[in-house]
Amino acid sequence: MTQQEALFKYLLRWGDNALILSHRLSEWCSYAPFIEEDLALTNFALDMIGRAQALLKYAGEVEGKGNTEDLLAYRRSERQYYNNLLMEQPNGDFGVTMVRQLFISAFEKDLFTELQNSRDTTLAAIAAKTLKEVRYHLEHAANWVIRLGNGTDESHERVQKAVNDLWMFTGELFEMDEVDRQLLSDGIAVDISRMQERWTGYINDVLQVATLQKPQDEFMQTGSRNGIHTEHLGHLLSEMQYLQRAYPDAQW
Amino acid sequence: MENIATTPKDEQRLAKFEEWVQSGEAIEPRDWMPEAYRKHLIRQISQHAHSEVIGMQPEGNWVTRAPSLRAKQILLAKIQDEGGHGLYLYSAAETLGITRDEMIEQLHAGKAKYSNIFNYPTLNWADIGAIGWLVDGAAIVNQVSLQRTSFAPYSRAMVRICKEESFHQRQGYEIMAKMMAGTEAQREMAQDAMNRWWWPSLMMFGPHDGDSPHSADAFRWKIKRQTNDELRQKFIDKTVPQAELIGLTVPDPDMKWNEEKQSYDHGRINWEEFYRVINGHGPCNKQRMDHHKKVHADGAWVREAAEAYRAKMK
Repeated sequence: MTQQEALFKYLLRWGDNALILSHRLSEWCSYAPFIEEDLALTNFALDMIGRAQALLKYAGEVEGKGNTEDLLAYRRSERQYYNNLLMEQPNGDFGVTMVRQLFISAFEKDLFTELQNSRDTTLAAIAAKTLKEVRYHLEHAANWVIRLGNGTDESHERVQKAVNDLWMFTGELFEMDEVDRQLLSDGIAVDISRMQERWTGYINDVLQVATLQKPQDEFMQTGSRNGIHTEHLGHLLSEMQYLQRAYPDAQW
Repeated sequence: MENIATTPKDEQRLAKFEEWVQSGEAIEPRDWMPEAYRKHLIRQISQHAHSEVIGMQPEGNWVTRAPSLRAKQILLAKIQDEGGHGLYLYSAAETLGITRDEMIEQLHAGKAKYSNIFNYPTLNWADIGAIGWLVDGAAIVNQVSLQRTSFAPYSRAMVRICKEESFHQRQGYEIMAKMMAGTEAQREMAQDAMNRWWWPSLMMFGPHDGDSPHSADAFRWKIKRQTNDELRQKFIDKTVPQAELIGLTVPDPDMKWNEEKQSYDHGRINWEEFYRVINGHGPCNKQRMDHHKKVHADGAWVREAAEAYRAKMK
C-alpha cells in the first residue's frame, strides 16, 4: 500500500464516520421530544456534515481520480464504506441516541485532540476545528445520560438498555490495521489503541454518576475496517443516495 | 361582545388603550389590554408558532434524501430556523399568559390551527424548492407587513424572522433555477412542484377581504396592517416575473399583466378546496397531527425524566 492509498483510506474512515452519524442525527428532524432538542440534534448533524465535507473533499484530492466529496458520499456502495459500526446503528429512542453520542464523542474528543498534531497539516486543521464541536457534543450527551439515568424508573431502564445494547460496538473504535501503522510511523495517524483505557475510565465515571451499570459482556463486533457492516447501512445508503443514483446525469 | 367594558374604570382604560394604539404606539406585555385583543393575539401568534413547527414535517420529509451534502446542510439549517421561529413565537405568546404546554394541548384538541399550506405533501425534491420560494415567499409578504403590528413582542419576532425568511426564499428559488437549468427529468419535477404549490400559496393569504372573519378588530387594533387581497397581489406581482425568468409556467391561464393597474390579474381561486382542507380534508391533515401527537407522546418519558432530575437536584 502506498502512503497515498493509506491516507485515502484513513480520511475515508473519519469522513464516513461523520457522514453516517450526521445522517442518523438528521433523521431526528421533527421527531425530538421537544423543539429545543430538535434544534440541538440538527445542530450536531450540521457540524458533522461540515466535517464530512472537509474530510471527503480532501480524500478525493489525495486519491487523485477526480472524485468530489459528493461523489464519494453518494456513489459508493456498502462495501466501500469504512465508518465504525456504531455510527450506523439506528436512532432507537432518545436514550439510545444519547448513549451512542456519548460513546462516540468521548472517543472523538481524544482522537481529534491528537490529530491536531498530525504532520498532515490539512488533517490537523480539520481536527482543530472539529474538536471545538466535539467537546460540546460530548458535554450535551453526557449530561443527558446522567439526567436520564437519574430521572425516572422508566428513563433509567431505557438508558441502561441502550448502554447494554450498544456496548458491543465500542471495541471496534480502537482497532488499528496496516493503514494506521503505516501512517503512524510518518506522524500522520495517531495511536488509537492507546486511547481505549482513557475512554473506558471516562465512560465508567459518567455511568457511575448516571447510576448505570457497565455491561459485563466483553463480546465486541468488528468489520468496518474491511467494509463489512451491519444490515442497517444498506438501508441508510439507499435512502441517502436515492436521487444521485436514480438521476446520475443531474446536477443538484 | 366580551371586550365591552363593564365598569367606569374599564371604560377609561379601554379608551386610553384605543387612543394609544391609534397614535401608532406599541403595546408591551405589561400594558393593560382588552381581553379580546389578548385573545386575538394568542390565537394568531400560537397559530403562527404551530405553523413553523408543523412546517418542519413536509420539509423534514426530504432531509434524508437531499441530493448533495450542501443541499442537505442548507435544508437542515432552514428547518432549524423554522423551529427557532416557533420557539420565539411560543415565547411571544407566553407573555400574554398562556404556556407552551397549553398551546400544544389546544393544537392537539383541534382548537388551535396552523397554516393550511402544510397539509399538502412534498412529493419530489423540487417541492423543497417550491416551499422555500413560494410558501416562504408568501409568508415574507405577510410577515413584513406584521413587523409594524401593534403588539411589540410579536413585532420584534417578525423583524428577526423576516431576515431569515428572505434567505429561505433565495435558497428555494436557487433549487428551482438549478432544476430548470438541469435535465428534462429535473425540469419536469420543477414544473410539477410549481403546478401543485402555486394555488395553495395564493390561499395562504386567506379569503378575499369581504369574507375574512377576524379582520375588523384586527385592523382597528393595528394587529393587521394590510388586507389579504393587497398582500396576495403583492406576492403575485413579485413572483410571476421570477417564474418567467427561469422558464416556469404559472398554472393559471387567466394570469395576465394589467397595464392600467400596473399589476397582474389572476384567475379564480378554488375556495371550495381551501375550506375543505381547512376543515380537515386535505391530503396530509391527519398525517401532520398524528405525527405531532405521536412525537409528543413518545418524548413524554424524556421530559418527565428531565423534570424529575431537576427536582432531585434542588
